[in-house]
Formats: sequence, structure tokens, C-alpha cells
Amino acid sequence: MSVKLILRDKEYEVKAGMTLLSALKKTGIVPESVIATRDGELITEDEILQDGQVVKLIAVISGG
Amino acid sequence: MKCRKCGGKAAFNMRQHKLALCKEHYLEWIPAQTERFIEKYRMFTHDEKILVAVSGGKDSLSLWDILWKLGYHADGLYLALGIDEGIGYSDESRRLCEEFASKRGLTLHVVDVLGDYGHTIPDLARSTHRGKDKPCSVCGLVKRHEMNRIARDFGYDVLATGHNLDDEAAVLFGNTLRWDGEYLLRQGPVLPAAPGLARKAKPLCRFCEREMAAYALLSGIEYIYDECPFAVGSTSIYYKELLNDLEHERPGAKLSFYLSFLEAKKKGLFAEQREETTAGLNVCQQCGQPTSALDLCSFCRMMGVGV
Repeated sequence: MSVKLILRDKEYEVKAGMTLLSALKKTGIVPESVIATRDGELITEDEILQDGQVVKLIAVISGG
Repeated sequence: MKCRKCGGKAAFNMRQHKLALCKEHYLEWIPAQTERFIEKYRMFTHDEKILVAVSGGKDSLSLWDILWKLGYHADGLYLALGIDEGIGYSDESRRLCEEFASKRGLTLHVVDVLGDYGHTIPDLARSTHRGKDKPCSVCGLVKRHEMNRIARDFGYDVLATGHNLDDEAAVLFGNTLRWDGEYLLRQGPVLPAAPGLARKAKPLCRFCEREMAAYALLSGIEYIYDECPFAVGSTSIYYKELLNDLEHERPGAKLSFYLSFLEAKKKGLFAEQREETTAGLNVCQQCGQPTSALDLCSFCRMMGVGV
């Protein structure tokens, strides 16, 4: 019963049934620094993650 | 979460505005807000010629897309800086800009810094005093000079850049930490034209970086996800991370920081320490752009003699 979060070349596993916001907090990722997509669609932070889902996180910070 | 406008499934939520929107309404909302900021800060009009500086990143390509959709006369400018670092960074970003322009039938100016001046940014970073351990300093100088040159040479009324709220808040944060009055005075949504210098505008200055990434993704704009290899570990990114921690705890903190600063500046909180015009400046003997030096500007000195 797990969900996979992918950010760049890192993978994180969290329990299914939690919201995206909780999953981000659990993995120590600041929600403001990423956008989450599932099957190519954007998802909001209240989305409840289901078993077997893969969430791709896109880092949004750029600069120099 | 539901779209506030139609009740459909929301694609994106902005906690600082307490506003969630579906894809369709988000893609309407961003251009409408951009138009509002352009008018509010008197950036430019529909009669003026705009040069948009594009890097292949989400912000600049989104800005060009928005201006095009709003019906502005906006051409693009891409500077090929010769940054490879094993990932072909400049080649890929150039390809994305050219593809973007070609798909929409837009005009893109390309300046090849190596072809025109014989140096790449990594070369200059290695060989000059200015660039020593600070490639971003060299890059900034080259970009400012070349963007201004093309804007003037081709008769553009204004140079538009894709700076977003996170960029502006990070710069403001850095300037405030140093209480750098001169830089604080110069920061704002519009930098008026001055002798030898084109007007500059930042139409995205009130949108968070995350909002612009959402716009690019929902619009299907192909942009470069990789960070510039030289920007990794930079101070500006560190400030952005700090501000995002704050934003997470206090939604709206970044916008409030920036807007309160603009308001304070408008009320005269920051007094000019010296003449802010270019009246006291000289003209570079090589390129004709303003400079505080007596003969050559920093750009021409760097390109010519590698000081």
C-alpha cells in the first residue's frame, strides 16, 4: 500500500491514503517549491493518493 | 478541490489568493492578470514594440506566450551564451526558443556570444577577474549589455523580462539584508528609459514561480527543466528556498513583502543618495552605451582585453 513520489533523480515512498500535502511534508519537500503531476495532469495538495500511484514532482525554483 | 469559477475539478490552487481554478479558467486568469499589471505599472501599450528576452525557461517563454495571446507586438531575443557543462544546456535552451517561435510564427533574434565576441560565458568566467568564482556576474553583465544593444539597434520601445515574484522577492531580500539603498531605489516593475538605456519591464513580477510553472505546463509550453549548471548553489536560490519556507507557513508573505516595498518606495521611504539618471555617465568609446568609466564600458573591456 504505497505511493511513489519522484523528484529529479530521487524517489520517495509514502503510505497510500494520505493527501499530497501530507506526503510532501512527510518527505521534507517544501510544497511551494514543486508542482505535482499524475499521469501528466496537475494535482492539488488535497488530492488523496491511492495505492500504486506515481506522482512526478517538478521543481519550480530557477535562477542564478 | 473545485474551481471557483465553474465548480469543475481544480487544476491549480493559489493559497495566497484563496483561489483554485480549473485548467481552462487558470489559462484565462494568468493573461488577464498580466494585462492588469502591465496597465497598472504603465509598462507598455499595444502600440509599442516589445522585445522579450527568452532563455528557454518557463518564465520567459510563458511571458512571450501571454503577450502574444494578448495581442502585443512582441518579438523574442535569445542569447547563446555557450554554456554546455556536459549537458548541452545552451544548445537545448536555444532549440526550445526557436521551436516556440516557429510554432507561433514569431520573430526571434539570436545573438551568438561566441560567434560575435569570440568568448563563451565559461571562458570568460575562467579568464577574467570579474568571473573568478562568479560566472553569474559575467553572465549578468553580458546579458544586460546585449539585451540593451539589441533593443536599441532594432528600435524596440521596451525590453520585457520574465522575472517573477520569487526573483523579485529574493533580490529584495538580498538588498534589504545589506540595506543597499541604491539597488532598493532601482528595483521595481518598470525601469524607465534613460539616455542610452532601453526601458525595462517585468510583467510577471506579481506571479509566484510556481504559478508560472503551472501556466507553462497547462499551456503545453516545452521549456528547459534543468537549472543552469552555474546557478546551482547560488545565493539567490538559497534566498528563494528561505522565502518558500516562510510562504508555506504564511501564505502571501512573498507578495506582501514585495508589494509593501513598492508602496514604501512610492511614499518616498527610500531617498535618492545621488543623481539616478545617466546624466553623469560617459559614453563607451567602443559600443556607445553608458558607462561610469572614461573610455570603455565593463563589457567592452572584458571582451576586448580580458581584464
